[in-house]
Amino acid sequence: MLWDLFLTFFLIGFVSFGGGFAMIPLIQEEVVNRHNWMTPQEFTDVIAVAGMSPGPIATNISIFIGFEQMGFIGAVISCLGVVTPSFIIILVIGAAFNKLHNGHAVKSAFYGLRPIITGLIIYTAIMFAVNNGLFASFSWHTLSLLLIFAGSLAALLYYRIHPVYVIMFSGLFGVAIYG
Amino acid sequence: MRHRPLDFKLLAQIFITFFRIGPATFGGGYVMIPLIEKEVVEKRKWVDSKDIADVFALSESIPGAIAINSATFIGYRLAGVLGAIAAMAGIVLPTFCIVVVLSLFFLQVQDHPKIEAAFVAIRATIVALITYAAITIGKTAAIDRTTVTLIIITVAAIGLVHVHPIALVIGGGAAGMVIVGIKKKLRLPIKFDKETQSPFKYKDYYFGEGI
Repeated sequence: MLWDLFLTFFLIGFVSFGGGFAMIPLIQEEVVNRHNWMTPQEFTDVIAVAGMSPGPIATNISIFIGFEQMGFIGAVISCLGVVTPSFIIILVIGAAFNKLHNGHAVKSAFYGLRPIITGLIIYTAIMFAVNNGLFASFSWHTLSLLLIFAGSLAALLYYRIHPVYVIMFSGLFGVAIYG
Repeated sequence: MRHRPLDFKLLAQIFITFFRIGPATFGGGYVMIPLIEKEVVEKRKWVDSKDIADVFALSESIPGAIAINSATFIGYRLAGVLGAIAAMAGIVLPTFCIVVVLSLFFLQVQDHPKIEAAFVAIRATIVALITYAAITIGKTAAIDRTTVTLIIITVAAIGLVHVHPIALVIGGGAAGMVIVGIKKKLRLPIKFDKETQSPFKYKDYYFGEGI
């Protein structure tokens, strides 16, 4: 199990180009679909808690999942798994520094990578919307969820409110109307 | 760099410097960049101001969080492998402790009705957060017809055929190189990004970017 955790997050760490939410579909694929460690809804909660913590979200997600699966040791192992690939890569290319980032090959690779990552995040957004009942048949409950979704998106996109505050405010709102 | 005698004082300094940056920000990623720059360029003078941009550029083009990568990279340049370990441990440790405590707390209270109610709403907000990330990264990715096509192909490939995301990411990098190669041969114009500065120069970041 520990080995599984390490290997899963090690793999994820190796392909986490572009960072942030780009990693979420990868983690979801491994953690929810392949290993069945949690339901899609539980995974959404993990992202919420990870989003409320400081630091890189993907690292936070790995720590939380490790902790939930195997306690403290699981958290340590998952965190090591997710950061080890970048560590190795930095040691390997450290010497060749300066030649790499301007490299034509890197630019070309990112020309293809960025749209792929965008596509993955779009897919993730759709999946999360489905899994969390945003596309469920009409009811007042669904409507309220859609309103929370729209309000949160507007707060992030137009009012540029920090996600931590948006999540917290949304939580308070949830207690008020569903509690 | 490799044959330097063990300098525990320097290693401790590296660790403490990044340890202090670690918990300072929510959202990680590019938020941490100005803080790292201030510490290592202005205060510690470990890195030249003209070199720091290269450090960030490189940290951005390899997998993983840009903040962790740049810390590790700076640590490596200062004190070799041990320096890299000290820097990485320094920047990860505060976050690690906070997340463990939060996870513990969440697992204790998650069945409480009030918390459940809160999370019903929070889940919808998380969907908004991911949509927001898609819009923001989409703006930098969809620069021409080729990239827009790639976005559509990706959504179809994972949604309909269920191609593994890792395969898609690797394929995307390869596709980028092939497409740029072909476009060059055909002498078509290629634009690698929108005419803007590197994202880490922005004051305006999006949450989770470069993580």
